[in-house]
Amino acid sequence: MRAFTYERAASPVQAAAAAAANPDAKFIAGGTNLLDLMKLEIETPTHLIDVNGLGLDTIEATSEGGLRVGALVRNTDLAADERVRRNYGVLSRAILAGASGQLRNRATTAGNLLQRTRCPYFYDTAQPCNKRQPGSGCSAIGGFSRQLGIVGTSEACIATNPSDMAVGLRVLDATVETMKPDATTRRIAIAEFHRLPGDTPHIETVLERGEFITAVTLPSPVGGKHLYRKVRDRASYAFALVSVAAVIQQDGTGRVAIGGVAHKPWRVEAAEAELPRGAKAASERLLDGAKPSHENAFKVTLVERTLGSVLEEARS
Amino acid sequence: MKFDKPETTNPIDQLKIVGQAVNRVDGPLKVTGAATYAYEWHDPDARLAYGYPVGSTIAKGRIATMDLSQARAAPGVVTIVTAKEAGQLGKGSLNTATLLGGPVIEHYHQAIAVVVAETFEQARAAAALVHVTYEEAEGKFDLSAEKDGLGPTDSDVKVGEFETAFAEAAVRLDETYTTPDQSHAMMEPHASLAAWDGDKLTIWTSSQMIAWSVGDVAKTLKIPPANVRVISPYIGGGFGSKLFVRSDTILAALGSRAAGRPVKIALPRPFLMNNTTHRPATIQRIRIGAGRDGRITAIAHEGWSGNLPDGDPENAVDQTKLLYAGANRLTGNRLATLDLPEGNAMRAPGEAPGLMALEIAMDEMAEKLGLDPIEFRVINDTQVDPGNPNRPFSHRQLVECLRIGAERFGWSARNARPGTARDGRWLKGIGVAAGFRNNLTTKSGARVRLDGRGVVTVETDMTDIGTGSYTIIAQTAAEMMGLPIERISVRLGDSAFPVSAGSGGQWGANSATAGVYAACVKLREIVAQRLGFNSTDAVFADSEVRSGDRRALLAHAASNGEITVEDAIEFGDLKKTHQQSTFATHFVEVAVDAATAETRVRRMLSVCAAGRILNPKTARSQVIGAMTMGVGGALMEELAVDKRRGFFVNHDLAGYEVPVHADIPHQEVIFLDEIDPMSSPMKAKGVGELGLCGVGAAVANAVYNATGIRVRNYPITLDKLITQLPSAA
Repeated sequence: MRAFTYERAASPVQAAAAAAANPDAKFIAGGTNLLDLMKLEIETPTHLIDVNGLGLDTIEATSEGGLRVGALVRNTDLAADERVRRNYGVLSRAILAGASGQLRNRATTAGNLLQRTRCPYFYDTAQPCNKRQPGSGCSAIGGFSRQLGIVGTSEACIATNPSDMAVGLRVLDATVETMKPDATTRRIAIAEFHRLPGDTPHIETVLERGEFITAVTLPSPVGGKHLYRKVRDRASYAFALVSVAAVIQQDGTGRVAIGGVAHKPWRVEAAEAELPRGAKAASERLLDGAKPSHENAFKVTLVERTLGSVLEEARS
Repeated sequence: MKFDKPETTNPIDQLKIVGQAVNRVDGPLKVTGAATYAYEWHDPDARLAYGYPVGSTIAKGRIATMDLSQARAAPGVVTIVTAKEAGQLGKGSLNTATLLGGPVIEHYHQAIAVVVAETFEQARAAAALVHVTYEEAEGKFDLSAEKDGLGPTDSDVKVGEFETAFAEAAVRLDETYTTPDQSHAMMEPHASLAAWDGDKLTIWTSSQMIAWSVGDVAKTLKIPPANVRVISPYIGGGFGSKLFVRSDTILAALGSRAAGRPVKIALPRPFLMNNTTHRPATIQRIRIGAGRDGRITAIAHEGWSGNLPDGDPENAVDQTKLLYAGANRLTGNRLATLDLPEGNAMRAPGEAPGLMALEIAMDEMAEKLGLDPIEFRVINDTQVDPGNPNRPFSHRQLVECLRIGAERFGWSARNARPGTARDGRWLKGIGVAAGFRNNLTTKSGARVRLDGRGVVTVETDMTDIGTGSYTIIAQTAAEMMGLPIERISVRLGDSAFPVSAGSGGQWGANSATAGVYAACVKLREIVAQRLGFNSTDAVFADSEVRSGDRRALLAHAASNGEITVEDAIEFGDLKKTHQQSTFATHFVEVAVDAATAETRVRRMLSVCAAGRILNPKTARSQVIGAMTMGVGGALMEELAVDKRRGFFVNHDLAGYEVPVHADIPHQEVIFLDEIDPMSSPMKAKGVGELGLCGVGAAVANAVYNATGIRVRNYPITLDKLITQLPSAA
């Protein structure tokens, strides 16, 4: 870990301004991902801006009938909120499928959205990685790629986004609210928030320099059955091989987003039209253009099977 | 004390304290954080400095340049030691690669420098500023690519005429199985604190084998063993990775010498996979031939594994010499040279991967023969060494393990036709496998002291790696001296104490308590003499010594000063005349998701026949831990080899998955009532490794029973099942 300076931000706009002033600054909230990465010198911020004192830790109703979740609401609190459990069950289930109780107690809503990939080559600073060191190459391609992406990948990067929460937010069409250093705000659809790797895999979101997440909003409830199925090699405390977030209506229509397969939560609205025809048709559209490696080709089948199982559960 | 005749009755047979489910005597220290582990030693007056290792980032080649200037200038840095500064070092007799590499690099993350600084954080930050360039050489990292060039060797063990008998057998099996590289992944990493006093070195560390450590530290540093003191009273798991001196110890010693201050080092988690040892991957070919009656006539087991030059093979074939009958036999190891990190012992080395393969083969063969897998094993039981029928087993209850386990687990409810039992979305199956591990014994010493308060203190360099050594040693001394266990103080893990068996190969419990027994026999004689008793008829009970109507307080024997005696158990030829082994059966029920092929274990049972169980509570803990490790090996554990760069890629506990609580369901352990007078005066054997042996295959056989899919390549992850699931057809 490199030495760094530290400040406590007094307001969101001050946090944003402080981050804009120093290109090597990072916000720190729960620190459940950032501190690990700093110890390994994968992240080397010279300045940390602690945003834990900013409040932003409540969940409030919006005038549109949805919920505004403060950026610093802890994952445990978000998953346990009665309104979330009642109307956005897929989000609650997704959060509880991730990490451990201890980590969820610390991890925040905004921090979860910004967590980095778990690609093992990203984690080994001796290995080339375009995400960690732009232009150095991708050692995962042709290497140990069992856990990695199959769709939306690029020649530069096949990493996946490890978040479960983000998959739940994606299927709910959440919106990320931010504040920029000049105090202007913007609303970013979750679909647009995470980027595909392309040839700049080190740029993972559309956030601008200094731009600070203040909240995530959920639109008014959409009803239906809310399911989250996470498939992994052990029963708990592991990243998804494949996960499926689904909201399925009684007539068989619905929405699905997939985790564990891409650089962002993977949702293809066109594929959802196929849902009433079953998992095979829907997953074919979902994974159209997939380029799995020899080691993770099984994920193509696994998406279809997991989706099929989720649809069956929704019908039952 | 020489142990060379079968044991008759002795005071241990009273079983007032030995054999009872006594709580861990060190439990309160551990749960209150008062037990000092290696990295926790702290002397505020000692001007302690912290070391951090630098590991090679290539697998094979040479260091071309090494620039320490930036690291030396970093805040808090005290000194940096590389091979150049260290001067000529020896190599430990139990090490394959050198522990401080350079300029030659033998494997990835081989230590090439240690940075010593005022704080841990400063040392870690400065270590990242050591700039190294390499001349990389081409290495060999792919066992399967090397296999074809490796055939039979002179050391193959042959009995009868295998090839002929196999060719003539009515029913034959010829299959190949693989097991991956595995990591010990114990909770406490390797850690050492080293301090020099002149030319004398003291090391507080985490070691399973104190005397081995003393020897190899001395050899590596080229100093007399008498100048080395090793202290390791508490160990946070080892599983074999702490049998040997590793880089933390040598770097701490070198760093301390250069800094002129005590230096403390813990290996970072990624170093555990690539800097220390691992269980090597194997490829195993098994051939079994049998008559239609199910009797094995020919059995062959060949194992391929790889290691660094001068390393040993993973002996996955050893149990096949002894486990089942059959007149014609062939076993052999083929060793490839690989440039991966050093392969070495991990819990039940040899048998753990060997039985993962053999016990699938037995399941497959039973099916070919149309026999129940339990009956097939019973038919092929042997009470003698099949390679030398004049040599019986000292005690072998494999058949009893099979029968009792079958009854307790409900084996008769098993649906023999695979893929036919359903529970909602789950395919259900049950499987069985035999477990086998030899009973190793080795010389073990102890010192016992009786003081005037009637407290007996036991000192031995035996270690407790979480197994319960403190407790069973206290039980042994309490039983022998007729004292309540609270009156026994046990001090372990210090080279100032008599050399013991140490913890490894499941030899520790039996050998080390036998050594304490021997010392207590001597103490009883002196006590009886002091109190005026005839030692042959003196009874030690209730803190007294009695004979006829006479009685005296034990403590009175030491009223004029502490009595100290020392002895060791030394094992004679009983191992040659009798094959001593431990036996188990493992029963497992699994459920496999019919859609996603996720496998979840539902219940497990192990039945163990392993001599006298010294403490059913600590023994059970060892066995359920081993069963858990077996589930890991069966379903998830694999060090992923990058065959281009030559290293284990998933080098942390997020990438190298071991079972979590949610993976482990109901576990039951049954110990058969068994005493083995050939094994030691304790009549005990070991269970710590037996509990692992065969578990993986029982899981694999249960998965087959659930799905009809025979996976011969561990771990059985869902990708190996998903396209063949019955529902997929």
